[in-house]
Amino acid sequence: MALKGNLRDFSLSQLLNLIHLAKKSGTLFLEDSRVKAWLSFREGKLAYGKYGDEDNSLAAILYNARKLNANQFRALKERGNSMNDKELGLLLVNAGYVSQQEVLASLQEYLTTLVHRLYSWVEGTFYFDSEKMPPQDRINLRIGLDNLIIEGTRRLKEVEQLQDEIPSLDIALKFREQPDTDVRNLRLSKEEWRVVSFINPKNSLKQIAQALKMNDIEIRRVAYGLVQAGVVEMVRPEMTTPRPIIPGIPNATRQEQVSLVKRIIQRIRSL
Amino acid sequence: MQTVKMVVTGPFNAGKTAFIKTVSEIDVVSTERKITKESEKVKDTTTVAMDFGRITIDNDLVLYLFGTPGQRRFDFMWEILSEGMLGFIVMVDSCRPETFREARSILETFRAYAPTPYIVAANKQDRKEAWDLEDMRIALRLDSTVKLLPCVATDKESVKNILLELLYQILQEMENGAA
Ligand SMILES: Nc1nc2c(ncn2[C@@H]2O[C@H](COP(=O)(O)OP(=O)(O)O)[C@@H](O)[C@H]2O)c(=O)[nH]1
Ligand SMILES: [Mg+2]
Repeated sequence: MALKGNLRDFSLSQLLNLIHLAKKSGTLFLEDSRVKAWLSFREGKLAYGKYGDEDNSLAAILYNARKLNANQFRALKERGNSMNDKELGLLLVNAGYVSQQEVLASLQEYLTTLVHRLYSWVEGTFYFDSEKMPPQDRINLRIGLDNLIIEGTRRLKEVEQLQDEIPSLDIALKFREQPDTDVRNLRLSKEEWRVVSFINPKNSLKQIAQALKMNDIEIRRVAYGLVQAGVVEMVRPEMTTPRPIIPGIPNATRQEQVSLVKRIIQRIRSL
Repeated sequence: MQTVKMVVTGPFNAGKTAFIKTVSEIDVVSTERKITKESEKVKDTTTVAMDFGRITIDNDLVLYLFGTPGQRRFDFMWEILSEGMLGFIVMVDSCRPETFREARSILETFRAYAPTPYIVAANKQDRKEAWDLEDMRIALRLDSTVKLLPCVATDKESVKNILLELLYQILQEMENGAA
């Protein structure tokens, strides 16, 4: 039921990966010793976020994005709470102060930056509440998590985490059958695209790294980002996958083995 | 008398000992093994506890259950475990996401050593903090072909169910003829 834990052990990337792939709706509460933050999602897309006491009203965001000047901002603030963000947005667009495009772009920039700031947290607790929906009176966005996740992995400083996530470079990558991401919408670096071009269940990460002259950390980082973004999954390279060896019951024919397993099943059922 | 083994592995505190205790007909024996690798002499001697349980199947067949921590450095145990191993179970504490990464790497290690059938048990599903199975599947990165089942290691029916599901899978692979 609950999604609860510490970011040190279950990272923000992993959480976003989960929300993205399970297309979750609800709010993720994060808290470290100094500040609380929350991110709200609808069907696996980021809709809204708040960082501590920071003013995240539309007026403040537009002002910080230099879409409103200081006088306009002050005037709006003095009006107080007479209008919610949706109403304000509509008013500003209708009055020709800003375009709808600018409103959405400023909000998107704000949320993206907020997530990047959260990526720098190493410590902190998280809690996901699937009952708490993004606030109705605020403008909700629909930001796909894939690019946020990949950007987060690019910035990941804890190299040990990459080692843990991808212990062996003998594995290969394979595109997911039903990717949660349209690969064409991914914003990747040149290096990352080169890795993508080598993705094939026959190519181990080691081989890809050799071909592209990347070091272990670099290849792990790219692979991890793509895995977390739900674009690819890790598989054993096709050529080397051993067929499951059937259980070491030495000197037994297949029939004997089958009968032995059936005897065990009988017995366990009767326990 | 023939013996076969199943291995129960997983991170510390996942419920391996509890699982084996629930179905073993003998008191679970924890064997302490000392590691005395030259390279590790500098540090304190590490001990590994291995649980050991038994189920008598009939007059000439015994099933042993070995509970083993999943750390990668205890490679030597494979000599003991791999021979006659029917399959293995990876226990994961559903309430402790911080152990999921380790569980996954244990699973990978075991798969590499022993390409036998296995099953993942999402343990402690009786607790309210337990994660949903669908979330665990994603977090543990198990594809849809891997069996992930809810488990309460202290509950006999639940443990039986896990063992049976693993056995069905073993049977199926035998019948598919991988010999
Ligand atoms: N509520 C609950 N507690 C469990 C369950 N399985 C194990 N535990 C408890 O979890 C703790 C660790 O279990 P243990 O078997 O010693 O873990 P091990 O380190 O993997 O051998 C013990 O306190 C057990 O009683 C379960 O299914 N439900
Ligand atoms: Mg134990």
